[in-house]
Amino acid sequence: MQLTKESPLRAYKKAVLILGLAVGLVIVCLVAAGKGQVPISPGEVAGSLLHRLGLDIGPMPSAVQGENALWLVRFPRVVLAVIVGASLGCAGALMQGVFGNPLAEPGVVGVSSGAAVGAAAAIVSGVTIFGAWSTAAAAFAGGMITTLLVYAMSRAAGRTEVVTLVLTGVAVNATAGALLGLLMFLTDDDGVRAIAFWQLGSLAQATWGSVAVAGPCMIAGLVVAAICARKLDLLALGERPARHLGVDTERLRIIAIIATALLTASAVAFTGIISFVGLVVPHLIRMIAGPGHRVLIPASALAGAVIVVTGDLIARTAIDYQELPLGVLTAVVGGPAFFWLLRRTRARAGGWG
Amino acid sequence: MRATGVSVRLGGREVVSGVDMHVDPGEVVALVGPNGAGKSTLLAALAGDIGYSGEIRIAGRDLTAYKAVELARQRSVLPQKATLSFPFNAGEVIRMGRAPWNGRPESADDEDAVAEAMKWTETSAFDQRPFPALSGGEQARVALARVLAQRTPVLLLDEPTAALDLRHQELVMAAARARAGDGAAVAVVLHDLGLAAAYADRAYVLAAGKVRRSGPPAEVFTEELLSEVYQHRVEVIDHPRTGTPLIVPHRS
Repeated sequence: MQLTKESPLRAYKKAVLILGLAVGLVIVCLVAAGKGQVPISPGEVAGSLLHRLGLDIGPMPSAVQGENALWLVRFPRVVLAVIVGASLGCAGALMQGVFGNPLAEPGVVGVSSGAAVGAAAAIVSGVTIFGAWSTAAAAFAGGMITTLLVYAMSRAAGRTEVVTLVLTGVAVNATAGALLGLLMFLTDDDGVRAIAFWQLGSLAQATWGSVAVAGPCMIAGLVVAAICARKLDLLALGERPARHLGVDTERLRIIAIIATALLTASAVAFTGIISFVGLVVPHLIRMIAGPGHRVLIPASALAGAVIVVTGDLIARTAIDYQELPLGVLTAVVGGPAFFWLLRRTRARAGGWG
Repeated sequence: MRATGVSVRLGGREVVSGVDMHVDPGEVVALVGPNGAGKSTLLAALAGDIGYSGEIRIAGRDLTAYKAVELARQRSVLPQKATLSFPFNAGEVIRMGRAPWNGRPESADDEDAVAEAMKWTETSAFDQRPFPALSGGEQARVALARVLAQRTPVLLLDEPTAALDLRHQELVMAAARARAGDGAAVAVVLHDLGLAAAYADRAYVLAAGKVRRSGPPAEVFTEELLSEVYQHRVEVIDHPRTGTPLIVPHRS
């Protein structure tokens, strides 16, 4: 009997998906970089990029200050949006794999809030032991502690029940909200504004400096996630069966959890809480390409980037001379999507399995 | 594989106490006994899932000295209940059985092993179907196919026939026999004593965590022993044609 590795249709679909997302990301980035108070066409954006790379192809921005608008304001923002989106999409897929639960997500379980508490504590206390990295480091510490806490509290026999996970998220988010409130009470007006910015989520403060910090974290997280992908597939069978198939499950979980915390914390460190990206994106990918992590992880990263770049574009251009908070925008879409997923998971599992 | 003086404590209670047992290459060994006798716990200890006192050796080497992936090339385990967090296709689940051989010369046999496992369990038709959409019995067969595809010298099966219809029960036990015929050592937890009598070379009768008797089914499945351990009168009748013991609960 001749068996193909998988149906040609599904393999074809996967290749088209990855390629389509990559092309889509490039197009969205070019459009996003061109939109704003100084309009620049996507062709000119590409031209400006290629000129900097030493290739004399395409038109240069014709608008006054076009080149500066691109390189000082728009590009850092678009690049950070890509990094944040990819990190959140990947973190969602990774976390769902580790928890064995399709509803796990940094925002839902409260890791983002935990990171926000860490960052807010750094802002309020004015601690700068890590220099420019202080806020990011504090956010990472907050995210890490929260991740480990949620992980320890919500698992039973290698699995995480939906109801336990969601209720743990409620508890963690409530605690984090209280701590943030307390920190806002303790600080001055500037601190309150900084913390409020954190809770809403925005890419407005993107700089090349933040890209330089978040970028390496994203790359490290993505590499770890890609290495873990095959083992995460086996983990879907459960803790013991995965070990029977040769997976050192404890080590895998710890590595994946650290990678999740790294991705989430680096994403929220400069942008605040952008929720639901990590929840909705892997779900959409699973519906198209199936649950295999070797496709799910890169596709979730790409799709997350597309969504955050697009979301940020809408956030800053929907209303003239005003900027919508990106976190609010993703929550408006993500909240109902989460509700729908909850209903669907419940219906399929025949209860809170 | 050989276990010497194995005891397991769970929740402060000794669930398995001082069990000596061995499974040699080429034989099917049944573990039978009433609910709570410690069969599954013993199997979990043999699989390396839970802590135990005493000694367990696989291929002459102590169980605790193996790395996870080395152990996965020595023994495969069929859990009592198959679970799956994400809707993989049945074919993908079966192919997961080949994971321990990834990057080794044996991985050249991947498709062959999967096809053989599918044939034994009659699961080829489910290849592209989502695992969660299968019935309980079909899921059980897919889970077994994954274990067979792993092609290990030791197989530990925890109630592989529990969810299956009559025909597939026979099919599964025949598959276990075939693996033993290829030189594998197979340990099976069974509730159906008739199946154990028909397919096992030897049986261990467990009760209250201890081995009460072991040997060929025809010798150990006696009315006195079974009536005592199951606390229900049991009749043992030889099959008129094959001579295999038939175990029937006494009914008025």
